[in-house]
Amino acid sequence: MIKQYETVFIATPVLSDAQMKEAVAKYIDLIKANGGEIVYEEDWGLKQLAYPIQHKTSGFYYLIEFKAAPEFIATLETQYHRDERIIRYLTVALDKHAIAYAEHRRQVRANKAAAPKVEAAPAPVEEVELEETKED
Amino acid sequence: MANVENSEIRYLNPPTVEVRKKKYCRFKKAGIKYVDYKDAEFLKKFLNEQGKILPRRITGTSLKFQRKVAQAVKRARSLALLPFVTDLLK
Repeated sequence: MIKQYETVFIATPVLSDAQMKEAVAKYIDLIKANGGEIVYEEDWGLKQLAYPIQHKTSGFYYLIEFKAAPEFIATLETQYHRDERIIRYLTVALDKHAIAYAEHRRQVRANKAAAPKVEAAPAPVEEVELEETKED
Repeated sequence: MANVENSEIRYLNPPTVEVRKKKYCRFKKAGIKYVDYKDAEFLKKFLNEQGKILPRRITGTSLKFQRKVAQAVKRARSLALLPFVTDLLK
């Protein structure tokens, strides 16, 4: 039986970009090697943690949506557990509403990414202004 | 005195009749079926300033979705998207 899952992991902020890519590649390969299928992946980048984990106040977030057999989840989580680069992880099975929501979310994000180039030229400018004010 | 006994009860200040807004479940009203743990900003609507989950009697959420909100908040907490305890969340 194949179920759809979603996993988010937080990697230590000390990793370089290349190391982070390598870590992501490792888990994607692991999923594929175990007969899984990647549905979607998303890089949230370096985010501030709401509370310190292992004395670290930020971390790289990465989201992978995939289809796999339920038995595989235990292997994936052991790999996470053994990996020193990963400071936190969460794997969730998606029900039909969650899958519908995830698809909708993906579309919204894709539209957002595509929109500024095509139509809404002023939108990015506003964003930049907001960021500037935050820095101040 | 007789006058008072005969007439209806009178108040010095007319009692204020509160017209309370009926609470409603925002999930049922908006047709939301899945509560996303990744959307921390949305989940903050269901937390008080210390980051505790607000009861149903305050938010008006239906039982079905209160359970889902609680689940989502707890997931978000474990991913450090929301704090377990804090002051002045908002």
